[in-house]
Order: sequence, then structure tokens, then C-alpha cells
Amino acid sequence: MMDLLLHGVPRHALVLLGLVLAALIAAPWFANDYLLTVLIVILYFAYTGIAWNVMMGFAGQLSLGHALYVGLGAYATAALYVHFGIGPWVGMPVAIFISVASGVVIGFLAFRFGVAGVYFAILTIAFCEFARVGFDHFGWVSGSSGLFLPVSNYTRNDLVNLRGQPVMFYYVILALTAVAFVLCHLLLRSRVGYFWQAIREDEVAARSLGINTFRYKMIAIAVSSGMTAPAGVFYAFYYNNLFPEQTFHILRSIEIILGPIIGGVGTLFGPIIGAFLITGLAEVLQEFLTAYGLDIPGVKRVFYGVCLLLVIMALPHGIWPPLARLLRLDKRQEKSKEPEA
Amino acid sequence: MAMLEVAGVSKNFSGLRAVADVSFSVPEGAIFAVIGPNGAGKTTMFNLIAGMFAPNRGTITFQGERIDGHPPDEVCRRGIGRTFQIVRPFPALTVEDNVMVGALLRHSDPRQAMARAHDVLRRLDLYDKRLQAAGSLTLPDRKRLEVARSLATEPKLLLLDEVMAGLRPTETDRMVAILRDLNAGGLTILLIEHVMRAVMSLATRVLVLHHGAAIAEGLPADVVREPAVVQSYLGAEAL
Repeated sequence: MMDLLLHGVPRHALVLLGLVLAALIAAPWFANDYLLTVLIVILYFAYTGIAWNVMMGFAGQLSLGHALYVGLGAYATAALYVHFGIGPWVGMPVAIFISVASGVVIGFLAFRFGVAGVYFAILTIAFCEFARVGFDHFGWVSGSSGLFLPVSNYTRNDLVNLRGQPVMFYYVILALTAVAFVLCHLLLRSRVGYFWQAIREDEVAARSLGINTFRYKMIAIAVSSGMTAPAGVFYAFYYNNLFPEQTFHILRSIEIILGPIIGGVGTLFGPIIGAFLITGLAEVLQEFLTAYGLDIPGVKRVFYGVCLLLVIMALPHGIWPPLARLLRLDKRQEKSKEPEA
Repeated sequence: MAMLEVAGVSKNFSGLRAVADVSFSVPEGAIFAVIGPNGAGKTTMFNLIAGMFAPNRGTITFQGERIDGHPPDEVCRRGIGRTFQIVRPFPALTVEDNVMVGALLRHSDPRQAMARAHDVLRRLDLYDKRLQAAGSLTLPDRKRLEVARSLATEPKLLLLDEVMAGLRPTETDRMVAILRDLNAGGLTILLIEHVMRAVMSLATRVLVLHHGAAIAEGLPADVVREPAVVQSYLGAEAL
């Protein structure tokens, strides 16, 4: 296991990774409350981006409805907590199960009946919209008036029930992100990872190499939706309120995919770098404007748009691939200079 | 017993009859060539064997079991590898990862599969380019990658769709040598080819298709002397 984890990873990559992790672990000692909440948001998007990337980046299936899995995870654990007092860690398997089940249903409908490309993306949006409308009328979770988790002023952190101060949430989301990162690294190096990439690159060729593409696309959507659910658990217990209009809004799905697109779809680091850049810069911009007494509504959205435009025009594969070459972390070689013998 | 048995196979695309009542059998260990003019139905015949389409009539039997109508991935798992006439590499993956995908079919442990992929790459003279992105390869290299990738699935029968097309004569000779070597190792090969130089030096049997129908079959030297073949495909000046 350890061997598979580290085999072929350049030493300076491990050093670099160790430094980044150390910096993130140490961050709460240096960051003020505001910066800490920004870091939490960044890591939240890094985590959801990693989960989305499994489907689009690895297996080439574009989902524009990942807010569905966040929302289902959030509502499942919040409802269990509010109604039965079941803690989030016990509720998490239930949340994952519900998310995977819905992902598998969507995947089956799409992949069994040959719905692919943009039509598949539209299907994922449709299911997320169904959920938004459905939860608006779902009385058990308070419908459109919103589900609220009991909140009081916490003096100590209760990790078991995820009740406490931002610093606890910071470490929880950092741990989730680290686990997701390692999981993706392992997936990419396993048979399933290779088969996913083959499907992403050319599904017809993949099939002719004996890959049951239906099965592997189903595994992709199951893994991706299952990985997204814990982000929902985090979302529910961090924000303490859930409204269908917000949770399942298409903007939530779009926000999830911005990080990986800017950082580099299909790469391990892309979602993390993208989340840092887009959320970090957006916050800096907001702070900057506030400092100058400017309050421009929607400025973040415009900023996202400009970022996306710039990256797509200048770095169509995202920021990570050129950065990886710069850091000499890409094992790929340019075309050989010497002519063939 | 024949390794592959095609019996009375027809395939229509709406009004067009692409393959009409074709029968032939490929003995184990053979290098069997399918030749014929453009539009004769050669690639359609291939796609019927590889499971891309199901025939409208007739049966295809591989090692005693019916495979007609089975999906391509299952056909491959049963031991038939194929290449595409218009090459379909996984462009963003490295050469070695392309072949690795094929090797993982029979070896689920990535390290074993990688060792196997490296063996295949050495055989196809691609080992030195294993870390290049497949999309950056030249056409001759892509053609060899196409063979390498499907060879990595460890087929018993390899279907090659015009792997020599677009190659220079020296590259053709290199490919001929590689294929002959593979055949000597026990691999049965069914190939579609326009390059007669390759067909004549490689094939143990030749089938000629014209307008979807088989017009001749036999030893290469005999087939090229058949008047029907000369007229429809080789041209009178070939005599």
C-alpha cells in the first residue's frame, strides 16, 4: 500500500507536498479569524473540486449538478441530527449512501441509454433542479423555510458532534481534503484510474481494449458522488442552515467546477490550486474594494468570469500543467530532439 | 479447427449492402490478408468481427464460440485485439500509459501491467519514446502504438486495419518484420492491407473482397493471378 502510494513519486515532490501540508497545519496560529474563514472556504472548494474532478477530470463525464450530492449529504446528516440527535460522523455513511444511490440512478439512466457529452451535463442539472424543487416542498426538512441546526456559543470544540469554533472546522476540512487527495492519487495509479482516463480520451478505443465502459463510468459517478457527500455534511454543520433555494442552486454546482477548471482538469493539484487562486483572489478583491469604501454587488461573479476567460485563453489546460513542468514534476517528455535511427 | 470462422455474413446500412454473404475461415497461426478496392467492405467486415456492429445475417465463430453481436469489449476479452485504420491513441496519455491500459486487462496489478507494457514497447521499438505524449508521435509511431496497445491485451487473434498505410517502404519493412516475429511467437493475424508488397511477403492466405462479396480466396501467389482480382483491384497493368 505504502509502496503503491510512493512508488515513482519524485523526492522533491514529497518535500514540496510536506511543506504545503505543514504550512496548512500551522496556518491557524498565524491567521486571524477572517483569514481562517477564507481558508475554510478555500479548502471546502478544494475538496469538492477534487471530488468533481474524479468524474470529469479522470473519466471525462461532465457533471454540472454536483450541488445535488452536496445538498443530499447536507440534508441527510442535518435531518438525522435535528430529528434524532444522530451525530454527523454516524450520519455520514447514510449521507454517502444516499448520494451514491442518486448518482448511480443518474449514471444508469445516462450511460445505459447512451446520453453523453452536453446532454449528460444537462441531465445532471435537471436532477439537481428536481431536488431543489422537491426539497422546497419536503416538510420533514422544513421545505423552503429552511432547516436549522441548533447553535449556541461554543467555548470548547465538540468534534464528535461537529459543534465548535472555526479552527475545528478548519482542521476537519483540511483532513478531508488530504484524504481525498491521497485517495485520488491511489485511484489514478490503479487499474480503474487508467481505464477512466482511457474512456476520457477515446471511449471507442477504450472499449476495443476490453474495457466495460458502462461499468467504469458507473464506478466514476459512484465514487465522485460518494466523495462529494462529506462536503455536504461539512456544509450543514459549518453553516448551520440549509435552504433548498441555496443548497441546490445551479450556482453552487458552478462554483464547485471553477477551481478544477482554472487549476487544471484531470490533475491532482489542479482543484487545490484553483480553489486557492479563485477564492483567495476574490476575497482579496472584496477586501480591497471594502477598504476603499466601494460596495459593488456581484463583483465576485464578474471576477470569476474574468479569471475563467483569462485561464481558458492563456492556459487552456489550467494552471497546474505548466506549473508542474516548471517544478519538474511532470514525467512526460517533450518530443525527442534526436532523429530516429 | 479454424480459429475464426465467418459463415454467410451480410451487413446492410439501410439500402447499402456493405458485406454480402461472405464466408472464410482463418486457421490458427495464419497471417490472413483481406484485400480489395476502396469501399469493398473490408473495414465493415472487421467491425463485424470486432463487435462494433452485429451482422444482419450469418455467424462469426471464434475458437468454437459464437461472437457475432457481442459488444467490442467482450470480443476483446475473449482474445481478439484490433487496431483502427484511422489511429485512435489516447492523446493526452504517455505512450507507456496507452499500452498500460491494454496490459491492465490481463494484469490487474499495475506493476505487473507496467512490466508487460514495457515488454510490448520494446518489441515495437517504442520503448525510448515511452514518456512522450501519444498525441505528439509521428504517424509511423502512432501506427506502431496502435499495434502495441492492442497487443498488450494479449490477444490470440490480432486484427490489423491498414497498419502499413502511409508508411515509407523502410517503415513498411520494419512493420513486416515485427508482424512476422509476432506470428512466429504464435499469434494469428488477420490484416486488411493495400500495400501489396507487405501482403505478398507476409500473408499465408488472401481473401479478396469486391462490392461486399468475396471474389477470390487462396494462396497469395495464386490470388493475384485470378482474372477477377486483376480486373477489379490490381489493374490490368499489374500483369
